[in-house]
Amino acid sequence: MSSVITVENLSKKYIIGHQKRERYTTLRDVLANGTKRLAVKMRHPFAAPQNDSTHEEFWALKDVNFDIQQGDRVGIIGRNGAGKSTLLKILSRITEPTSGKVSIKGRVASLLEVGTGFHPELSGRENIFLNGAILGMSKAEIKKKFDEIVAFAEVEKFLDTPVKRYSSGMYVRLAFAVAAHLEPEILIVDEVLAVGDAQFQKKCMGKMEEVGKEGRTVIFVSHNMNAIEQLCTSAICLDKGQVKTKDTGVRKVITTYLQENDGQRHKSEWVNAENSLSNPWFNPKHLAIIDSAGNAIDSPIRNDADIYVYIEAEISELDPSLTFGFVLVNEDGVQLYRSYQTDSAQDSWPILKNGNNKLKCKLPKHTLNEGNYSLEIIGGLYQKQWIFEPGTGSARVGFSIQGGLSESPYWHAKRPGILAPVLDWQLT
Amino acid sequence: MSTNQATLVIEAGRTERHYWRDLWRYRELFFFLAWRDILVRYKQTVIGIVWALGRPLLTMLVFTLVFSKLAKLPSGGVPYPILVFAALLPWQFFSSAFSGAGDSLVSNAGMISKVYFPRLVIPASAVIVSFVDFLISGIILLGLMIWYGFAPSLRLLTLPLFTFVAFAAAMGTGLWFAALNVKYRDFRIIVPFVVQFGLYISPVGFSSTIVPEQWRLLYSLNPMVGVIDGFRWAILGSNTRLYWPGFLLSFTLVLVILVTGIIYFRKTEKTFADVI
Repeated sequence: MSSVITVENLSKKYIIGHQKRERYTTLRDVLANGTKRLAVKMRHPFAAPQNDSTHEEFWALKDVNFDIQQGDRVGIIGRNGAGKSTLLKILSRITEPTSGKVSIKGRVASLLEVGTGFHPELSGRENIFLNGAILGMSKAEIKKKFDEIVAFAEVEKFLDTPVKRYSSGMYVRLAFAVAAHLEPEILIVDEVLAVGDAQFQKKCMGKMEEVGKEGRTVIFVSHNMNAIEQLCTSAICLDKGQVKTKDTGVRKVITTYLQENDGQRHKSEWVNAENSLSNPWFNPKHLAIIDSAGNAIDSPIRNDADIYVYIEAEISELDPSLTFGFVLVNEDGVQLYRSYQTDSAQDSWPILKNGNNKLKCKLPKHTLNEGNYSLEIIGGLYQKQWIFEPGTGSARVGFSIQGGLSESPYWHAKRPGILAPVLDWQLT
Repeated sequence: MSTNQATLVIEAGRTERHYWRDLWRYRELFFFLAWRDILVRYKQTVIGIVWALGRPLLTMLVFTLVFSKLAKLPSGGVPYPILVFAALLPWQFFSSAFSGAGDSLVSNAGMISKVYFPRLVIPASAVIVSFVDFLISGIILLGLMIWYGFAPSLRLLTLPLFTFVAFAAAMGTGLWFAALNVKYRDFRIIVPFVVQFGLYISPVGFSSTIVPEQWRLLYSLNPMVGVIDGFRWAILGSNTRLYWPGFLLSFTLVLVILVTGIIYFRKTEKTFADVI
């Protein structure tokens, strides 16, 4: 094993103008500014030159260090503006670092955008050659791979149609197909899987996995945590231009990243400190989402983890008609289900007592979809009255489900739908 | 593919080392881009490549009419259409290559910000596109010579040399303007103006012999004067004399523009992706 990519103290600085929206200057501005400065200089020849306050430095990357070994599949994650794209641009030599050094061994192909250089007027066939050449393939190489590319893209019938008449799906398929058949030693891929339909994405993931299994090095940027987890052998998390975490445990990096990234949802633990909600029948003291060891979970939860709802309540007047439980609501405010302690056959109900009662209820795994949820205590005296009517704001906690949707190689990303159960399929 | 490849080092101010080798490796891209531009230009046109013949032909007719029939300028014993066309050939090559190259980087901005390749490929392929048009226009000249029964002398063999000078002039100015255009979009407006203005101050519709002798050297500060005179000298044969001091001045200027153009282009190239 040897390092194929070594990044040492890599930094990239951009100068950002505050007033002008264009990144390019116009000659007029240069001349005007120059004249202005000259005029100032003539009036106050000994004054120190003024700082141009409209410009500010912005470090897109600052002192980034890491190594990538031959055959690694590295996922790069981070929020928007964390420097992911800048890093890829430097690695693919599109832009130059301000300081620092990168050493790369082997041929690099980067795919920062699907279909770069495609010309709408040219036919599919012509675009395959053009795009291949832009990505660095030789004509002979493209010829050799031509049939494979066409088959992968499923555009045989439309090879001689200008791509401007293609559906957007066909366009993207063709573009990815060309890129997928590059045979570099190092493949750099930006979030390209965000385009195309689910089936196409699956195909892309399959192809990338194949590339990885052939022992090539892959660097992959994505916001799709499932894809990263499925594809990568190690991960780097960037934050504000710096490496925050890097580890061969992809799951660990993702978990740390997600933990720091959800400030908006409800707390996962609720403690009745002010002794509100007081009533004689059922007085909640503590509500939490806990793991099997009994600890409250504050981070996003994988969908394949066992989690429990923990309720602690004070009962001073035990009523046989007491029913309590929770309602689970998703981020759109849709009630997914309610559950009461009296839902099962009567002989299996938990036996409550006067005083402090602690209960836990296991939530089924592989049921919810990815997203944020809130869970609220509800309860009442059966057929008599509500104690906590749903939606009236009793004790409430929140949690979020991220990742662990399925073990299937075909299921990488959040699917549409409120639930995402993994059901059992068998021959009859 | 061998695995013991040389290590590529990316560092501030250090992309130079493999530049010319990379340029050679990307030579196919260079032709593909030129091929794309030629293909695209005549897609969905009815008469297609015939346009490449039509434009210079019509210009030649107008020039002959205006300068020969109306202004009655001397042609020095050569059929006026041939006199005009021998100049129109390099001029049209220069003007289309210059404006094509000048605009090329900005119109390929998408590629520049998403893929690596030596950026020199883009303006160079724009020049190649115009060169193909130049070769096609050459057919018209051949036709004219046959029509007028005009036999060229052995000097015609020197034409590649003058073509090279025209090439260098187009490339040099094209590189300058392409690189400047990335940063200062004003040059997008300057380019058509230069082309239009250039047509009037270059001896396209008339022979440069009508310029008074004492002004000839000054006139040759326009590099295209040397190129056009050279073309006429090579094509029209013994009917013309080449004003050598003027030609050498033009030639030197062209070389200076080309070399500084390459240097400036290489210097600013690294920031293209950030600025464009």
